[in-house]
Amino acid sequence: MSGYAPHTAGDIAAMLAAIGASSIDDLFAHVPAGLRTRAAIDLPAGLTEPELRARFEALAARNANGAGPAVFLGAGAYPHWVPAAVDQLLLRSEFLTAYTPYQPEVSQGTLQATFEFQTFVALLLGLDVANASLYDGASAAAEAVLMARRVLPGRRTVWVSSALHPHYRAVIRTYVRGLADVEVREVPFAADGRTDLGALGAALGPDAIAVVLGQPNVFGVLEDAAHAAELARAAGALSITATAEPLALAMVRPPGACGVDIAVAEGQSFGLPVAYGGPGVGLFATRERYVRSMPGRVVGETVDAHGRRGFVLTLAAREQHIRRERATSNICTNQGLCALAVTIYLSLLGRQGLGALDRLEAAGVPRRFGGPFFNEFVVQAPAARWEALVREGVVAGFPLARWYPALEDALLLCVTEVHGARDIDRLVRGLAAPAARAARG
Amino acid sequence: MLLDEPLIFERGAAGRVGWPVAESPDGEQAGPALPPALRRDDGLAGFPEVSELEVVRHFVRLSQWNYSAATTLYPLGSCTMKYNPAVNETLARLAGFAALHPLVPDHLAQGALEVVAGLEAALAAASGLDAVCLQPAAGAQGELLGLLLVRAHHADRGDPRRRVLIPSSAHGTNPASAALCGYQVAEVPVDRRGLLPARAVAAAMDESVAALMVTNPNTLGLFEEEIEAVAAAVHARGGLVYMDGANFNALMGVARPGDMGVDVMQFNLHKTFSTPHGGGGPGAGPVAVRAPLAEYLPVPRLVRREAGLAWTEEAPKSVGRMRSFYGNFGVLVRAFAYIARLGAGGLSEVTRLAVLNANYVRARLRATYHLPYDTPSLHECVFSDRHLQDFGVSTLDVAKRLLDYGFYAPTIYFPLVVKGALMIEPTETETKETLDAFVEALLAIAEEARTDPAKLRQAPHRTRLARLDETRAARRPVLRWQGR
Repeated sequence: MSGYAPHTAGDIAAMLAAIGASSIDDLFAHVPAGLRTRAAIDLPAGLTEPELRARFEALAARNANGAGPAVFLGAGAYPHWVPAAVDQLLLRSEFLTAYTPYQPEVSQGTLQATFEFQTFVALLLGLDVANASLYDGASAAAEAVLMARRVLPGRRTVWVSSALHPHYRAVIRTYVRGLADVEVREVPFAADGRTDLGALGAALGPDAIAVVLGQPNVFGVLEDAAHAAELARAAGALSITATAEPLALAMVRPPGACGVDIAVAEGQSFGLPVAYGGPGVGLFATRERYVRSMPGRVVGETVDAHGRRGFVLTLAAREQHIRRERATSNICTNQGLCALAVTIYLSLLGRQGLGALDRLEAAGVPRRFGGPFFNEFVVQAPAARWEALVREGVVAGFPLARWYPALEDALLLCVTEVHGARDIDRLVRGLAAPAARAARG
Repeated sequence: MLLDEPLIFERGAAGRVGWPVAESPDGEQAGPALPPALRRDDGLAGFPEVSELEVVRHFVRLSQWNYSAATTLYPLGSCTMKYNPAVNETLARLAGFAALHPLVPDHLAQGALEVVAGLEAALAAASGLDAVCLQPAAGAQGELLGLLLVRAHHADRGDPRRRVLIPSSAHGTNPASAALCGYQVAEVPVDRRGLLPARAVAAAMDESVAALMVTNPNTLGLFEEEIEAVAAAVHARGGLVYMDGANFNALMGVARPGDMGVDVMQFNLHKTFSTPHGGGGPGAGPVAVRAPLAEYLPVPRLVRREAGLAWTEEAPKSVGRMRSFYGNFGVLVRAFAYIARLGAGGLSEVTRLAVLNANYVRARLRATYHLPYDTPSLHECVFSDRHLQDFGVSTLDVAKRLLDYGFYAPTIYFPLVVKGALMIEPTETETKETLDAFVEALLAIAEEARTDPAKLRQAPHRTRLARLDETRAARRPVLRWQGR
């Protein structure tokens, strides 16, 4: 029928005979008949592989695919070149079709790669330990808040910067919905696009669980993470940063070096396509002293019966299959293959490549916020001009009023190494004042 | 022969570049001028400096240390390690899907939105439920969402409830998810047949119970024969029924959760719908609900308007967001391709053959291995090590020895209701010959337990590494490369 099931009529007959059943239907006799008679699935008949390809190619053709409009969007998903070697290695069936390495003796590939991933994440974020990945940056931020609550039981308030990506803020709120003793409050941002740390300092009290900032934040602006961490520490709370564009950390002082206690990031920039927003991968790192409160799977080094180095899943005493309702999180599957992509990408770019990539970026239009930035920034342009540009084949960033009604006519622009000089020129000319456009012809 | 390979951090030489990045065309260093206090000053010390070939060779060698579903039978119970169709990888990589930014205006993403709409509709059809949300990144996140919906439902009625009932056969994620939602967990024991009796549920039900979380078929591979009465008992006291759909591979075309009385469930697309497990993700855990719960589903919601499909944030009673953007879209493309390829008939056939395969393995092993619950089972079967204990051989030893025979091991020591469980799920894509070879291996191991138990206790013998010291790893955790 589909080509994926291999049974011949002879196989089925022989297997039924071994079972002692006269038909496959017999195997379902204990399922109530009333359910079985209603169970037909209302879907069309199957397609051949060529038909399937034609159908999906037609669907894909109805999307902006990189060859059509010039798209200057970041805001949580970042277009970067993915070296061909990354995807070729991801397609190795031994990585692609394995599962959680429950049997370490025949899963050392996944385990060693994950150990390398944890090392990369800890190095990049400047912290002691990292886990084997979480779902994405936003849910990693929520898990960081839950972890802070485990470290500081009895406290109540989580202070979240309003300049943290709104999806991250929303996921944090969703994750604590069921917890009556946690309250999420927001800290405003200042005129330079950075979190108002004066307001934060005044607001922080003895019931604070944690302070959460974006680094860079949703406007692409770099926060003073060291100052925020200091304020949190003074209140006895933990500091958390969330980074949607981790490439920035090749250049920016890492959260751990700023005194931050838990740093999370979205890893998509490192070797994964934007893929309409997923899958990405959540990076999560913290200080050694909190390791037993850390959520998610962790790989550790050990030896085999002959003393040879090997790797295993470890610290399972934190996890749901042992602790059940007392587990540090309900995470089971994480984003294994995406973590592998990050590991391969960071291996390829290495120390030299990452240092070079973070210098490739462009600007050319006056910015709205004065704070230092990386590859994303906010400019002012009327909504009508943005719409006109979309019709001309340029998606000139993200209209921030959708997330921040007060930021009327503000566009969040992202420019990376994938954008060609010609398209950048179209963007800059398009956003320049109409008079200037006319003058330049 | 498997070659040795150091950590990537132990390879390479200072100054070597794996993937040179072009300088900006005019040679200008356009980088932002960062104040020194914000600037990274460790020069990325510790990052490797290796060539492209070194990277390729490193990961190819690592890959060869894995068993995978493409290498051999990977009979992990409850994980549905079926064949992952090659064409799905090709389709997910089409530029119109892979290079599509999630924030482009909706009219530039109509093909992607049709994938979302089509998959939502297909999962609704297969489950007999009314509305579907594709946002959750994995089964456990789907569970969390399902319980948040339950919570929102009760809170909306001014009737916050505090307890969740969970059968003793449940997966560990169920109680962990319930606790994340602030619920207390009450366990309902399964009966001697391994099934959840409606009478026990009715006895445990009161107005403090928000929901029953039930896996069907359960973790023993058994269809909950009283599920309709169980659901009625929960509904009678105002509770909702959450179904863990991890085992949906046993139900397609056989029974729809909506018809059983289920109010909310999650799917695991990486199990039933063939998306690759990736060494532990990415998965996808869509949630399906009955119509009255739909208003609480996460935002954004997909709506069909005159101009085409569009996302809307207008859902005042929504529980919010589970993650950024719309879900693991790349995984959704693969699952939708699988469904389109198989069609209704193909999906029903999947279930029928998965159940045939599991029952065949069960029939061939039951004279040798102890079958703790002799109840008719569906897509998986659970044995125990009871018959081997006299020889000092445990489930762990059997699992490790299976690796020597070229098979991955079943799920072991789960479900917890079976002491020393060996939980086998062959899936429909395995041939009779493969199943016969697997059965012969297990029969040979049972014989070895009698004649040479020490060989089992020291297994595996033929893998690159011998048995690993997990106690040492946990006692003195080394979780990253320690430096040169």
